[in-house]
Amino acid sequence: MTNQPNNDLKSRLLADFRNSEERMNGASKSALHQIRREALNRFDRLGFPTVKHEEWKYTNVNSLIKEVFEFNAPSAITLEDLAQLESSQLNGNVLYFVNGQYQPQLSKIVSPADQLSISTLSEAVKNTPDLLNRYFAKYADFQDNAFTALNTAFASEGVVIHVPAHTTVEAPTILRFISDARQMNVASQPRNLFIVDQNAEVKVAESFRTLGDQASFTNVVTEIVVAEDARMEYYKIQNESDMAYHIGTTQVYQQDRSHFYSATVTLDGGFIRNNLNIALDGSNCEAHMYGLYFPNGRQHIDNHTLVDHRKPNSHSNELYKGILEDRSTGVFNGKIFVRQDAQKTNAYQSCKNVVLSNDATMNTKPQLEIFADDVKCSHGTTTGKLNEEALFYLQSRGIPKTEAQSLLMFAFAEDVIKKIKIDPLREQLERRIQAKLAR
Amino acid sequence: MLTISNLQASIGSKEILKGINLEVKPGEVHAIMGPNGSGKSTLASVLAGREDYDVTGGSVLFEGKDLLEMAPENRAAEGIFLAFQYPVEIPGVSTTNFLKTAMNEIRKYRGLDPLDAVQFLKLMKEKMKLVNIDQSLLSRSLNEGFSGGEKKRNEIFQMAMLEPKLAILDETDSGLDIDALRIVAEGVNQLRSPERATIVVTHYQRLLDYIVPDYVHVLYKGRIVKSGPKELAFELEEKGYDWIKAEVETV
Ligand SMILES: Nc1ncnc2c1ncn2[C@@H]1O[C@H](COP(=O)(O)OP(=O)(O)O)[C@@H](O)[C@H]1O
Ligand SMILES: [Mg+2]
Repeated sequence: MTNQPNNDLKSRLLADFRNSEERMNGASKSALHQIRREALNRFDRLGFPTVKHEEWKYTNVNSLIKEVFEFNAPSAITLEDLAQLESSQLNGNVLYFVNGQYQPQLSKIVSPADQLSISTLSEAVKNTPDLLNRYFAKYADFQDNAFTALNTAFASEGVVIHVPAHTTVEAPTILRFISDARQMNVASQPRNLFIVDQNAEVKVAESFRTLGDQASFTNVVTEIVVAEDARMEYYKIQNESDMAYHIGTTQVYQQDRSHFYSATVTLDGGFIRNNLNIALDGSNCEAHMYGLYFPNGRQHIDNHTLVDHRKPNSHSNELYKGILEDRSTGVFNGKIFVRQDAQKTNAYQSCKNVVLSNDATMNTKPQLEIFADDVKCSHGTTTGKLNEEALFYLQSRGIPKTEAQSLLMFAFAEDVIKKIKIDPLREQLERRIQAKLAR
Repeated sequence: MLTISNLQASIGSKEILKGINLEVKPGEVHAIMGPNGSGKSTLASVLAGREDYDVTGGSVLFEGKDLLEMAPENRAAEGIFLAFQYPVEIPGVSTTNFLKTAMNEIRKYRGLDPLDAVQFLKLMKEKMKLVNIDQSLLSRSLNEGFSGGEKKRNEIFQMAMLEPKLAILDETDSGLDIDALRIVAEGVNQLRSPERATIVVTHYQRLLDYIVPDYVHVLYKGRIVKSGPKELAFELEEKGYDWIKAEVETV
């Protein structure tokens, strides 16, 4: 074995896996477990990425892998603790996970079972093995991504949603993942799978929060299948602590005429890497990706997106916006593939950043790889300071400078936030943005 | 009301205003004319508090207070309004949206209670009629995709809402057709009162048919080189600026 600095966390994880395997008895022969073992071997081979890896050039996981975490630590969380988080009150399905463990006593499911089949991953393993065998780990590639491999190897809890064909689920669903880091460093690896069958429609949000100020590590993977004519809205909302590490991959697979709308909003978090990968494996699909990141202090927020146009006549549209304060860093890497078959593709990408401090850094990298000849693609990134002309204009009307600045920044952010169609969620985010701007 | 004494301003190493003297009393309308690049917009911007310019000398008193010491928002709260020559586009911020904030900030500065939504709306309706502007325009992103005329009308609408003591109009007439010009002028004239004053920066005499000035000043190369009654504007219209330039050069 090479003596890399990441051996600590890595070797602990490898040992954990082998220990848990010994306790599994017969279950270790299941198809699911074969995938886990394959993923673990892959993780072993890959190791944690270093900045030499092109995809991790600006996001150095060194300090993450030096930490010691308790995985799936027990937590005695109470309703009062939750109240502290001031979450939006949602009229819908709400599922709580604390340190990776499902909290049935805090959760509620309001949608009728014939509209929406929703269960934890551990329940789904028992109750719907066929569904899992068909979809689980079939989309989120663990051959090249060590964190996805790690998540797959340890996949034990998360949410499995299945929306049957021709069903519109009215109530939104929100999955609340909380790291309870009040007592110790904690880690969890949620694993989600959403299947939206033909001509079905659903809205799902994932929210990530932290309690306490010890370190936390969330390594989440979500796989999403949007079948023919289906429509999905997907929101990922992050309000984590400065001591929180978050690595996440959302892998979307779209079939003919499906529509996928997403917004990834990161207001706080110490060290964040989001991968959003969309495979448009159908024609006449639409994929819309919006993102907002607002780091301050020494926060680091990295968004990597990948849109893979595999079939003709589909449309992808992407707008990511960043506001960077203090000594924070941001990364946007947006890749668009247009394969040879994907004629008449329409792909649009834009990334706009406002850097409010001389010590903040934004790295942007659009990447277009186009192998078809009849396509419309455009991309653009801008990174600049606050518009001084606009600021003066508002001041000249009597609005104090700090408020004028907030007004401008809020309008800048609202461009993305207004895309969130779950009202209480959007309104809560608006309040949080206002509060962060007023700080 | 406004006393400008020997005002000098530069941008970088470039001297633009080279000693401006101007006295504006309540109730008066002053027109400032002059060729392009003379420093008219610079003067307007310095009065409103734009930070790009360095004031290198002189003073400006507004109702006895040192204007140059004040932040732009406080100048607005004291009653100064600048209608921009080139109004800024601000995506995502509508006129209605920011104007309510602006009005209430100004009211706060003056120790008044904020207007509630109903009062604000009522006032807006009234002023919209005055400048013949549409609600839909006011709900859109400020100046984004507005025509030249719409931008200028929006400036006058804001002026009507804020009811400044001293309004400075920087070429509000340029690019307007005669109907729009009339509306703009009406907006200004409605505001005329013995307590208020207006500085009209313009290129053309035609606006002054509608907003009749008490004084006309010619700004050239950063100085006021000639002042006179409203008839001076006719003379300038007829003869252009060359004779003034010639006069200045011979001195
Ligand atoms: N931001 C600026 N940077 C550099 N030069 C400027 C700037 N603003 C104005 N100037 C210069 O100052 C002079 C006066 O400009 P301005 O005040 O706009 O004149 P006017 O409004 O009379 O046409 C011009 O020579 C112009 O080029
Ligand atoms: Mg000018």
